[in-house]
Amino acid sequence: MNAAPHASATARPHWQRALLHGSLVLGGALTLLVLAAALLSLWWTPWSPFAMDMGQRLAPPGAAHWLGTDAFGRDVASLLLVGARSSLLAGVVAVGIGLAIGTALGLLAAARRGWVEELVMRLADFSFAFPAVLSAILFTAAWGPGLVNAIVAIGIFNIPVFARVARAGALAVWSREYVLAARACGKGMLRTTLEHVLPNIAPMLIVQATVQFALAILAEAALSYLGLGTQPPQPSWGRMLSDAQTLMHQAPLLAVWPGMAIACAVLGLNLLGDGLRDLLDPRMRAR
Amino acid sequence: MSRFFLQRLATLIATLAVASLVVFGVLEVLPGNAAQTLLGPDADPEAVAALTAQLGLDQPAWQRYLQWVRGLLTGALGDSHAYGSPVAELILERLQLTVPLAVLAMLLAAALALGAGLYAAAHHRRPGDWGLMGLAQIGIALPNFWLAILLILLFAVRLQWLPAGGFPGWSAEDGGGFWPALQALLLPAVALAVVQGAILARITRSAVLDVLREDFVRTARAKGLSRRGALWRHVLRNALVPVLTVMGLQFAGLLAGTIVVENVFALPGLGRLVFQSIANRDLIVVRNCVLLLAAMVVFVNFAVDVLAALIDPRLARRAG
Repeated sequence: MNAAPHASATARPHWQRALLHGSLVLGGALTLLVLAAALLSLWWTPWSPFAMDMGQRLAPPGAAHWLGTDAFGRDVASLLLVGARSSLLAGVVAVGIGLAIGTALGLLAAARRGWVEELVMRLADFSFAFPAVLSAILFTAAWGPGLVNAIVAIGIFNIPVFARVARAGALAVWSREYVLAARACGKGMLRTTLEHVLPNIAPMLIVQATVQFALAILAEAALSYLGLGTQPPQPSWGRMLSDAQTLMHQAPLLAVWPGMAIACAVLGLNLLGDGLRDLLDPRMRAR
Repeated sequence: MSRFFLQRLATLIATLAVASLVVFGVLEVLPGNAAQTLLGPDADPEAVAALTAQLGLDQPAWQRYLQWVRGLLTGALGDSHAYGSPVAELILERLQLTVPLAVLAMLLAAALALGAGLYAAAHHRRPGDWGLMGLAQIGIALPNFWLAILLILLFAVRLQWLPAGGFPGWSAEDGGGFWPALQALLLPAVALAVVQGAILARITRSAVLDVLREDFVRTARAKGLSRRGALWRHVLRNALVPVLTVMGLQFAGLLAGTIVVENVFALPGLGRLVFQSIANRDLIVVRNCVLLLAAMVVFVNFAVDVLAALIDPRLARRAG
């Protein structure tokens, strides 16, 4: 890989390069938009997302209801704003579970090597047989449908992903001279890991976190669509799509908005991840 | 090579064994008695007890696990509680939909990805490259079930070219036939293929770009081979290994996708069977279906590993 950055590019400070990076800016903007929607919905929505108005069933987009109303006369724009919360919650918690447990396992594997590493990695290999949606279906089958169970299942699926990334990164760091120096100074395994290994693999973990965040949003939407995730009346984008599917002849637009919201959130996070990877890890610079 | 093959085979068997333990273990903690659920909340306690005994639910868990494994090896999987027919029969019937769907989707995805990836790599850093990779970025972000709904909206509701859902079956006697069946699978396959193809197109592009920078390509070009000639003769084969590996890894996602997409199109496949069986608390079906789905993923990745080693024998030497 000959990804030598231009001299002028390396001379620029981080924030300037960030502002010049197209996908980082676009991804960051889309992600902020979704975040803003979720935060805004905590204080204000155009209408109450639970207020039904049967006289206004399936109203087309207009001045009163910007994106129209659904089969119960609820305001679609308000439902979308509140729905962002379920998606973000799924992302934050699922990635949090994977990041915390997975990184710890990966770091442990790299620090201890031997049978510990073997065990962690075989478990990670094995979990490839259970993609997020399949494992989530299995778990919601066992513990019943609901947002919490769905998120935990997605989070469990994230553990091996982060374990893998953390171990690969940590192994590379452990072979560096400065770690040897730290060990020679008498720093123990734990201190070396926390003070030297973890900070050095943090960029990789952050990039992976954005990717997994996007996957978690997709998985939550799929599970809610199937009725295994967020339960009514709590609005969620996946549920809105399954409701809209039955009304495709009368109100096709209802099936468009929630999907666009999901796609925007996922696109934003993926672009953000690509941009961060370029910025934080020059070796992985996108070509 | 044979040592590499045996190593992979051992991993395959170990993985399947652990998978069966996990599936069994997770479903073991299901709340409520399956017999009670099947008979309803107002059922006679004696009938519940009788069914519990009949289903073998009064035996210890390890005994039931061993019985299940024995059944898996002999093909005697027992009867579905909800359907009343043998589980093996039920699954085989549903596979006639899910396997062609997954294969069709994978083929479409591969065609889409190789075309777009090769074109983008050949037109590196030109508008064609940017355009295609921009589209791929959007394709990755689309939830497959939303794409499925949009396809229904356009091709079934608006244009009325293709059916909006359902499956007529492969045989003409059942009122179906090859072409009607294929038509019913086309939209679901496209919905699955676009997302997978978009990811794969990016992998193909970067794999081809990596190989294009290799010395042997420069040598081939220096010997007078055209860019296109070098691409076909030298680059494609070498770039195929990472593409194939990712395809194998994606297969898991594809199968998971079929579960969701089969529900969008109301297709009676394996995914829908799992889903309905969860609703029916038909444990025995859920357990076998989920293990089968996991086994399919493991087998495909095993096949990919072996195939990759055949294409590039260096891989087997390195691993062995």
